[in-house]
Order: sequence, then structure tokens, then C-alpha cells
Amino acid sequence: MASWSSSLFRRELQLATRVGGSALVGVLFFLAVVTVIPFGVGPDLNLLARIGPAILWIGALLATLLGLDRLFQADRDDGSLDLLLMAGRPLELVVLIKCLAHWVATGLPLVAAAPVLAIFLNLEPTAIGAVTLTLLAGTPALTFIGAIGASLTVTLRRGGLLLAVLVVPLAIPVLIFGVSAADAAVSDPVPFLTPFLILCALTLIAGVIGPIASAAALRFSAD
Amino acid sequence: MPTLIVDDLTVDRGGRRVFAGLSFQLQAGHALVITGANGAGKSSLLRTLAGLISPAGGSMSLNGGDSERSLAEHAHYFGHESAVKRALPVRGNLEFWRDFTSPVQTEKFTPTTMQPMEILELLGIGHTADLPAAYLSAGQTRRLALARLFVSPRPLWLMDEPTSALDTASEAQLIGLMNTHLKNGGMIVTATHTELALSPVEPLHLSASIAGDEDAYEFGGTLEDYA
Repeated sequence: MASWSSSLFRRELQLATRVGGSALVGVLFFLAVVTVIPFGVGPDLNLLARIGPAILWIGALLATLLGLDRLFQADRDDGSLDLLLMAGRPLELVVLIKCLAHWVATGLPLVAAAPVLAIFLNLEPTAIGAVTLTLLAGTPALTFIGAIGASLTVTLRRGGLLLAVLVVPLAIPVLIFGVSAADAAVSDPVPFLTPFLILCALTLIAGVIGPIASAAALRFSAD
Repeated sequence: MPTLIVDDLTVDRGGRRVFAGLSFQLQAGHALVITGANGAGKSSLLRTLAGLISPAGGSMSLNGGDSERSLAEHAHYFGHESAVKRALPVRGNLEFWRDFTSPVQTEKFTPTTMQPMEILELLGIGHTADLPAAYLSAGQTRRLALARLFVSPRPLWLMDEPTSALDTASEAQLIGLMNTHLKNGGMIVTATHTELALSPVEPLHLSASIAGDEDAYEFGGTLEDYA
């Protein structure tokens, strides 16, 4: 299993970071969302500090959605998807590896950018650490859930919009526990660990259900 | 002796019956050439054999193949799309498919597995190996797609109009390579509009069918091939 999976992982990573890949676009979009909010809500530093974690999380969710529609569609457009299906490798694992590579290329830069963007929102150091940690634990779940939407809409020419509509409701639990864990880190009475562990559990569940559901959808999409 | 057996195959697409009750057998070392007008179901038949369309009825199997694997996993599909990533280097494209596609061995099938550079040189695109595939012409992209069939051997080749976008010389070379594959004990099912000088060859003519029409296809093989 080692050689084909690392080969697939490398290829996905290369494609995402080359010209036309979505890695950098996601971070720029994240930056755009986060910088535009203070202009909207006004220069109230306390308010920004309070809603900062939520803004970062929503920004990360939207930026993740932005790149997801090409997860399988790029392969379908050039015929690669047919060959991925015929290659004799477990499709669930193929989807899992594609998701992991997609996350490394698009999700990880968002996590890395979050501390910098958090400064724009007047977050205190503890909150910056907490929100970065929750993004690190939670954004893989967004990718796994998004993969289901990406494979369902793979046959549609303008599937990106439908993908967002399909995926956002499913991503709400991740958002709730991500933001509440980040909030809990700064407001004393609530423990940080409880919502954070639930967030980790959500990621693990999504890591199982996402590839299985996505692979099932892809098998039907070939028709 | 590995034999591809298709029995009473029926395929529907978009609620329309493409063909019904199609049966044939193909022995190792033989090519099946499918002809027929546009829309007669040539590509649908190939995609069904490739496992990309689930048939509405009937069965297909490969006798003497690897019982752990499905029919599709014994096959290389060489369709209209080249499955070439334009952003990756030519050699990178090929090496990915070599690593990713699981090779399949069957009895009587003795392929010559080639190294990526070897087959690229043979197909005349060796000098482009380190260029991004975006710089290749249509014919060169097609040859790169073809190279995939040689780096990871599989006994059954499903080829949808394999000669499209190729010049006369490359076409002759392709026919030569296909004949070598047959000599090595491989099988080819190909849809074509042009004459392909393959041997030994079984013709199969699909004609645009009306739903459930029993005479919708003609099989031109010898009696023993007819099942």
C-alpha cells in the first residue's frame, strides 16, 4: 500500500501547489474575509476580540469550501477519475488520501495564517493559541465532509455553489464546537477540553464517514 | 486459456436502451473490433466492460483471470480523454499511473513491462520527459496516454478510437504495439471508424437499436466464438 498511496499523495500535493491549484487562493480568500469584517462591524476592539474566534472559523469554513469543488472534478474533466476507479485500489482509501493531501495543501496554510489574522481582530495570546489549535483539529473535518459534497456534485458543471449549500449544514457541528472551544479558552468557567475533545471526535468521525460516503457517490458518478 | 465472456449484456443509458442481449466470447490473443454508427453503443460497451457503467442485465467475466479482481481491474481503458495532468511533467504523469495502477498477471499473458523512459523514447516523446505536459501537442498527449498501458501491464485493453489525433506514422506504430500485445497473449476490445490492421481479429457490428430489438447487433466471428 505504501508506494501507491505516497505516489497519489505526492501527485495531489503537487497539483494543488502548482499553477491553477487552490492552495494559495484559499489563504488569500481567508485574508479577504477576515479583513473585511472589521470594516463592517466598526472599530470596536472589545467586540472584535469577542467575535474574533467565530470570524476566523467562518473564514476558514468558507475558504475550505472554495477549493473543494475541484477535488474530484479536475480528475473527472481529464478522464483521470475513470482510471482512479479502475486502478484496483480501495476507493475509500483513495478518497482519504486525496482529502489528506487537499487538507495539507489548503487547510494547513489556513491554520498557519490564523495567528497572523487573529492579530487583526485584537485577540489575546491565549485566544490566538486556542483558535489556532481548534482550527488545526477541526479543519480536516471540513475537508472530509466537503468531500461528500464534492463527489455528489462531480457531474455538475457548476457544482461549486450546490456543494456549498450541501456542505454548510453538515459543517455546523464542527463550527459550534470549534468556536465554543476557542471561547472557552478565554472565558474561565467553561473548560476548554470538553468542546475541544468533541471537536476532535467530530474530525475522526468525519474521517471515516466522509471517505466511505464519498467513494459510494463516486462509484455512481461514473455512469 | 483466459477468455472474456460477455453473456446477454443489456445496457441502458439515461432511460434509453442502448443495446440488449449482446453475447460474445473473446479468447486471449484476439482483438474484438467494434464498428457501428455514432450512437450505436460502442463507447457504452467499452465503458461497461471497464466497470464504469453498470449494466441493466446480463453478465461479463474473465475466465482464467485473477479471481480476486474484478473484470475492470484486468483492463486498461484508453478512451477519448487522456487523463494527463497538464501541470505535471510528462514523466511524472506516467510514473504516477505506473505506481498507482495495480498490474495484473494472468496465465498465458507474458507482457513486456517497460520503464517510463523506455516507452516514452519508443513513442518518440522521450525528449519531452521533463516538460510539463501542457506543452505537448494533441498527438503527443495521446501518445503519453498510450504509454500508460505499457508501464503497468494488464491483459485486457479497452480502446475507444485509439488512432484519433495520431499521424500516419504513429498510427502504424500503435497498430504494431497492439499486435505485439495480442502476440503476448493479451486481449483488445476496440471501437473504431477506421480500418485497423490487427490480427487475429473478430468483428462486432453494433447498429443503432430500437429498445429490446433482438437483431440489434451482428456478430461476425466464427461459430466457435459465438456464444
